[in-house]
Amino acid sequence: MATKNFDLRSYKGFRFLTILCLVILYAPLVIVTIYSFNDSKSITIWEGFSFRWYIDMFSGPESAKFKLAAWNSFVIAIAAATIATTIATLSATSLVRGGMFRTRTLSLGLISLPLMVPEIVTAVATLIFFNTIGFDRGLLTIVIAHIVFCIPFAYLPIAARMQGIEDSYEQAAQDLYASKFQTFTKILMPLMMPGIISGFLLAFIVSLDDFIITNFVKGAGVETLPTAIFGSVKQGIKPNIMAISTALLAVSVMFVTLSYFVSKSEQKD
Amino acid sequence: MTDQHQAAIDVRNVVKKFGNFTALENVSLTIRDNEFFTLLGPSGCGKTTLLRSIAGFEQVTDGEIQLFGDDIADLPPNKRPINTVFQNYALFPHMSILENIMFGVEMRGNDKAVARTRAGEMLELVQLSQFAQRKPSQLSGGQQQRVALARALAPQPRVLLLDEPLSALDLKLRKAMQLELKAMQRETGITFIFVTHDQEEALTMSDRIAVMSDGKVQQLGGARDIYETPDNVFVADFIGETNLLKITVDQIIDGRAHCQLGGGHKLTCNEVQGIGVGTQVHLSVRPERLFLSTQPFEEESMAATVIENIYVGTDVQSIVQLNDGPKMTIRTQNSELGNKAVFDLGTNVFVSMEAGAARLLHG
Ligand SMILES: Nc1ncnc2c1ncn2[C@@H]1O[C@H](COP(=O)(O)OP(=O)(O)OP(=O)(O)O)[C@@H](O)[C@H]1O
Ligand SMILES: [Mg+2]
Repeated sequence: MATKNFDLRSYKGFRFLTILCLVILYAPLVIVTIYSFNDSKSITIWEGFSFRWYIDMFSGPESAKFKLAAWNSFVIAIAAATIATTIATLSATSLVRGGMFRTRTLSLGLISLPLMVPEIVTAVATLIFFNTIGFDRGLLTIVIAHIVFCIPFAYLPIAARMQGIEDSYEQAAQDLYASKFQTFTKILMPLMMPGIISGFLLAFIVSLDDFIITNFVKGAGVETLPTAIFGSVKQGIKPNIMAISTALLAVSVMFVTLSYFVSKSEQKD
Repeated sequence: MTDQHQAAIDVRNVVKKFGNFTALENVSLTIRDNEFFTLLGPSGCGKTTLLRSIAGFEQVTDGEIQLFGDDIADLPPNKRPINTVFQNYALFPHMSILENIMFGVEMRGNDKAVARTRAGEMLELVQLSQFAQRKPSQLSGGQQQRVALARALAPQPRVLLLDEPLSALDLKLRKAMQLELKAMQRETGITFIFVTHDQEEALTMSDRIAVMSDGKVQQLGGARDIYETPDNVFVADFIGETNLLKITVDQIIDGRAHCQLGGGHKLTCNEVQGIGVGTQVHLSVRPERLFLSTQPFEEESMAATVIENIYVGTDVQSIVQLNDGPKMTIRTQNSELGNKAVFDLGTNVFVSMEAGAARLLHG
């Protein structure tokens, strides 16, 4: 076809590069996933398909430790995501709707800056902070640290959603006798809900997966799933780790997908 | 209790500045209770700004706005018994049509049952009862417009503001809605302040019209006043079509101004306050008040040549060149072929005007 030669969007050869990238990105995950179904104590020799390591996950010798760690992770993620999302929603409201106050641009920059700070720096800084104020490390320090680094992740989808909401709805509400507070709860919040849910899910998964900061601020004996996995792997990789990792991966993928669809679905109206 | 001519809204010397830019320049107007009042003017003249100031979304830089005799400067929008039909409707997308209409009634302190009854009545009024449970995005533009109207009327405001509510509709629907709006205003007795830049719409619907340009009110009056006795060149030109002719006033005798048009043509018209002998001013004559003939119809008939005939459906629009003078446009009704005849191009004709058709203008 004649038009094909003029299609500016087609760059031949780039398709190969793209596929290469995808292979490099996903090969390790695919291998871990496949070997989690291996019916063998060895992690490299395939001996047939089985769910044995998934059963081991619930009843094996290490299951108690991992169940507790998973529970900790879950509780921390729920608490951190809930609080971070609340803070992010309020900040987005004042930053996007608060008019042009002097520190607005600065505030906008500051709220997303942590995304670019190397995590190890944040981890060390948080640890030093807790030590300085003499705060005993434990579950609570993890939750506080998670709230802090989850805020920007929750903020971005919420602010993006909010920028897409014309202020004429709020004006219409006030025109119809709603107070500022009623306008917020009855109009702005429902309209922002897809952004809020999406922000919550993102914050939840970021908290669930975090290792570096958690490892620094957790108290002795308190483990989350990632730190427990790391601790176990230090003594040699066992196949049960692959099953646990695959399960964690599945949860992450599920949440990220959910977050994506929630933010997409309501953009139409 | 409310007599016909009580002021609903009194705008007094209102100035609104955005930075250095003056959007409203000393605007004063009184809008009577129960009237259909229209703000008419070209894009950017400050209509929306004035409306937003009345609704409470803009704080005026100077001057005062009174609502039934009280200064409302300190009342936020949600405390003013004024509702708005927004240009883009701004229907709440997450609520059903019914909930949209109930919103204002509930926010005004009525309980849900009252709001539901009231919303039901409003839906009936705008003939959308069968759509009560739909979301706004599931309605057509015209239907959304009616919901916006119902929502604004439901809390029974004392004044309703409408910012170009019909501009998104097609011509046919717009005409139908114009009549509906007018009827609704008469039935409810609520004061309507309607914004449009469509002069025909303004003329059809309004009791009174304020013509605005550049942040100033140019003229305020009934449709007929504004069309037939415009105060200045801007109003004459903006409302309908007109022939604007540069003339010099020769003499004024018994309230009649004798004017001189280029090429030795003479015209007589009623004197206008403040226009004296010797001044160069403009004269406006509507095309439909001129007619053509092959023989001079009267002493002041002007010799001309037909240079163009344009067929516009109901009328034929003829453009003639006055001998040694300017061009003029004449409108002849398509059906009425008596002395108001249409002539072939190049025909030598005489242009005459109906008595009282010409008007002297300031500016
Ligand atoms: N918030 C604002 N900041 C600065 N200038 C503004 C603002 N709002 C309006 N203006 C200016 O004030 C003038 C009047 O605007 P306004 O919206 O009242 O016009 P309008 O008569 O409603 O026009 P249209 O028919 O296009 O809606 C315009 O020149 C506009 O640019
Ligand atoms: Mg406008």
